Amino acid sequence: MQESAPAPLIRFSNVTKEFAKPDGSGSFTAVDRLSFSIEKGEIVAVLGKTGCGKSTMFNLLAGLIEPTSGKVDVTGHDPFQDFNAFRGKIGIVFQNDRLMPWRTALDNVVLGLEILDARRSEAEVIARRWLSRLGLSGHEGDYPHALSGGMRQRVSIARAFAVEPDILLCDEPFSSLDEMTARDLRAEFVRLVKQAGKTAVFITHHINEAMDVGDRIMVFHRPARIAYEARMDAASKGAGRQAIQDEILKVLSLEAGEGMPPVPAVVA
Amino acid sequence: MTLNPRLRQFLQATASTLVLLAAWQIASYFFPHYLFPPVQDIVVRTVRILVTWPELKQVLETAMRIFVGLAGAFVLGSLLAIPIGRYPKIESYITPFLVFLQGIPALSWVIIAIIWFHGTEFRIAFIMIITTLPAFTFQVLDSYRSMSKDLFEMTMSFRPSGWTLFRVLIVPTILPGILTAWKINLGNAARVVVVAELVGATGGVGYELLRQQQLFDMAGALAWTIQLVLFVLVVQQIIVWIENWLLRYRPVSERAA
Repeated sequence: MQESAPAPLIRFSNVTKEFAKPDGSGSFTAVDRLSFSIEKGEIVAVLGKTGCGKSTMFNLLAGLIEPTSGKVDVTGHDPFQDFNAFRGKIGIVFQNDRLMPWRTALDNVVLGLEILDARRSEAEVIARRWLSRLGLSGHEGDYPHALSGGMRQRVSIARAFAVEPDILLCDEPFSSLDEMTARDLRAEFVRLVKQAGKTAVFITHHINEAMDVGDRIMVFHRPARIAYEARMDAASKGAGRQAIQDEILKVLSLEAGEGMPPVPAVVA
Repeated sequence: MTLNPRLRQFLQATASTLVLLAAWQIASYFFPHYLFPPVQDIVVRTVRILVTWPELKQVLETAMRIFVGLAGAFVLGSLLAIPIGRYPKIESYITPFLVFLQGIPALSWVIIAIIWFHGTEFRIAFIMIITTLPAFTFQVLDSYRSMSKDLFEMTMSFRPSGWTLFRVLIVPTILPGILTAWKINLGNAARVVVVAELVGATGGVGYELLRQQQLFDMAGALAWTIQLVLFVLVVQQIIVWIENWLLRYRPVSERAA
């Protein structure tokens, strides 16, 4: 008997998201009939130009906004309608660190655990462990303003990981950091995700970052449609890297809707 | 030599106070004492109020009325502001009412309260609450609206309950505004309470001021006024200390020191 493939962890089915224009003159489409699925344990890098709808897709996935039409399914639930079903299941690392300025580094990491009703003593032990893993021992009592940009972003990563989520969503988490810090954090991030067997969606507008982080790359065209998809295995991260990079550059250079190629098959 | 900025500030304040006191003292040599009593008479009367229990009790009575009024207005103001912040549609119903309240002079409320209510304490509490309510509501509402969308979304990503969201995000966000509201309303409340006591009470600083007016006792009037000023200054300082401690996370530029 043939064994059926496991159901994907995340599935977008024909999802469209429209926003009303601020001046009330109709609406604009940020995501247009988007469909894709992500398997458990996969890191999917989503790449696209600024304003192509990556962050809207991210907010739909996080359950922060509701699709206009179509269906978003995460572990069998609608993340917007069944908002509370995802308590502790989704960890988010945002583009900016979004640390609470009135909380110390330790208390910022404790935040998610506190919301999930963990005991303070246990939450502190976990938070200290994560800060230590991310090289922030000795900074537990520092307020965010006393930390550098890289350190603050590490605290926000620790905050997301501390709740042991099944799914990690990252929205250009290293875009505001210098290249050296971003590179280190990127490597650390991939190591942590793989080690813990998490599923991650990683949004970026840097081709190299997407190729370094992702097991699979999805390139978006405005309004959030998949224009290109490639799987990043050992071969494609090595010798095949340049070919994929060229292809991505070519796709990105095309204006949305003008001569856009059909979605090619996933490059193995 | 460069003076410590705090010491310099203290010396400047002391110098201007001394100049004022000297001018008053000189005036007391040329005018009758019921107009300009000597400084020492005012100081003696001020100290006497502080060390004589029945008189000090009057000051504490006024202080208690200010606190009750402010606390009531703060609670009611917050109860109004947070629903308005969460559900902006309510705003167009409540804001005109609050603006209307703001336009009514404190003295009108005193008259209305005397006609409406019998109990002195209830009258004063009503006047205090009704006159400071709009300011508290608007200040708490402004603080609520200044809440960062980024922090809100980040907190919501952990799926908090309504109470947890209020505790971990809303309270720390509106806290600086609340402290400012207390500082501003304290001065207003001190002015209003005197008017309320002057017209509708049989005790407190306002009532004592009325007595000094009937006795034509300027030193007494000033000494009772100073009690109120001292009370406001002390409470303001306590609020500043609380503020400095609660908002210690805020960075201060060296340039601003």
